[in-house]
Amino acid sequence: MPVPFSEASDAYDAIIIGSGLGGLTTANRLAYCGHKVLLLEYHHKLGGLAAWFKRRGHIFDVSLHGFPYGMVKTCKKYWNREIMNSIVQLKKIVFDNPQFSLETTFDRQDFTSILENRFRIPRQTIEAFFSAVSSMNFYDDQTMTTRELFEQFFPGRTDIHRLLMEPITYANGSTLDDPAITYGIVFSNFMSRGVFTFEGGTDRLIDMMTAELEKNGVTICTRSKVERIVVEKGRVKGVEANGRVIAAKAVVSNSGITNTINNLTDRRAFSEAFLEKAAAIRVNNSSCQVYIGIRKGEQVNDIGDLLFTSSAPEFDSRELLDLHTRSKTFSLYYPKTRPGHDRYTIVASMNSRFEDWQNMDDEQYVGEKELLIERTLDDLTRYLPDIRTKVDWVEAATPRTFNHYTLHTCGTSFGTKFEGLDISRTIFKEIGGLFHVGSVGIIMSGWLGAINYGVIVANDADGYLRSLRG
Amino acid sequence: MTREDIKTLILEIIHDIDDEADFDDLDPDKPLRDQLDLDSMDFLDIVMELRKRHQLQIPESDYPRLATLNSCADYLEPLLQDA
Repeated sequence: MPVPFSEASDAYDAIIIGSGLGGLTTANRLAYCGHKVLLLEYHHKLGGLAAWFKRRGHIFDVSLHGFPYGMVKTCKKYWNREIMNSIVQLKKIVFDNPQFSLETTFDRQDFTSILENRFRIPRQTIEAFFSAVSSMNFYDDQTMTTRELFEQFFPGRTDIHRLLMEPITYANGSTLDDPAITYGIVFSNFMSRGVFTFEGGTDRLIDMMTAELEKNGVTICTRSKVERIVVEKGRVKGVEANGRVIAAKAVVSNSGITNTINNLTDRRAFSEAFLEKAAAIRVNNSSCQVYIGIRKGEQVNDIGDLLFTSSAPEFDSRELLDLHTRSKTFSLYYPKTRPGHDRYTIVASMNSRFEDWQNMDDEQYVGEKELLIERTLDDLTRYLPDIRTKVDWVEAATPRTFNHYTLHTCGTSFGTKFEGLDISRTIFKEIGGLFHVGSVGIIMSGWLGAINYGVIVANDADGYLRSLRG
Repeated sequence: MTREDIKTLILEIIHDIDDEADFDDLDPDKPLRDQLDLDSMDFLDIVMELRKRHQLQIPESDYPRLATLNSCADYLEPLLQDA
């Protein structure tokens, strides 16, 4: 269990600010490398956007919607076997929109068959497309956009563009105008084996990770908001939190990259050139969600694990972000999600812009949230006609909610666009001992991206800490 | 460390990463990545383990020199001569 902040020591090898999956993983790896580690989280729960909350006996997962198979190997290597063994497949992925309705396991084999038999694409083209996306690396040429990639292989086929793009837009907030590599890397990860989830839910995963961190000697303090990163003569010296300075040789910020530079660190510590590049970082969009709890004792039919639904005629990144978008995903949590907890919950997710919600007055805000809930229940009625009679809890989250709980700039739920990656990777060259981990560059987002990035940054920080010992 | 020790060390580390890795038909002059299905994260693990066990700092620009078992031995031999 986390300890009170007053019990934290005065000095550590490394302090991690924030406990998203990236921060948790960096903390665990640095402890594994033998460093004395302190993890500070401002909220009362760990996990960052890997969040859950309880209402009337329901447990709602905020970001557990499905990750690629690569998570199995990653959890085995960087966490433990017990965590790895709880990863299970979500086999029923459903698309329903005016252009097509279909069910898939969302892997290369099934997609090949769908593209060939249903969309009438020659096998050769399909193979060429898969081969192109699976060979993409983050250091490859970024000038080609996803739109251009799709046009190259499936010209004019807006239906196929939708099939390929819609899930990834919900997974990482990317659009047709982002670099094709950000699409290719994430899409290929999913296509290797399909979509997976964590049995027992987010709460169980974070509990298991917390236990592993404690076993490895990491000191964890929640309700501990870091006010600033202390820098002297171009090197980090520690952090100030709850009015107290704690010394550290390395500081890893799992706060957003823009937050880290603009709010946590004295900007004068950075070079002009770096600040100029950092100012150009575009944060990704935020989200809206509607959480629906089914009354105890009631059941809902198996309509699929993940439903990509839309009544918009074609896929359009702007339409997906609109305040009144007609596109949303439904994540269904049947009792199998949490064995022993006999409940059904449904979470609807939409992409959304912070600006659209930011300036509403209270009355308007409450009204728009109610409309959001009504539209969601109307859409859900298409798949579960009697759903309104079974619901005993419903509430909505908006970009303002995400901003409140994560402190992310503009409530971003997908980190930054591509340029954020380079800033995150080079911040230690500006200030010795300062590292950043978190969703950046689109590819380092999602549960798998966040954990793997946590390992990459832990390697940097470990290298730095060991270099100090000479 | 001798070249053979170094090769054993590398295989030991890979075994820790993937206990199902099969070394029986491993060709020491062919890329480890293709033969053992290693990805870029696995190579990062090898680098981190070498640092942990032998205080070796391997710069990112030298990662390609860890491509095959023999190239690992070539690269690490002078660095680990006193180990």
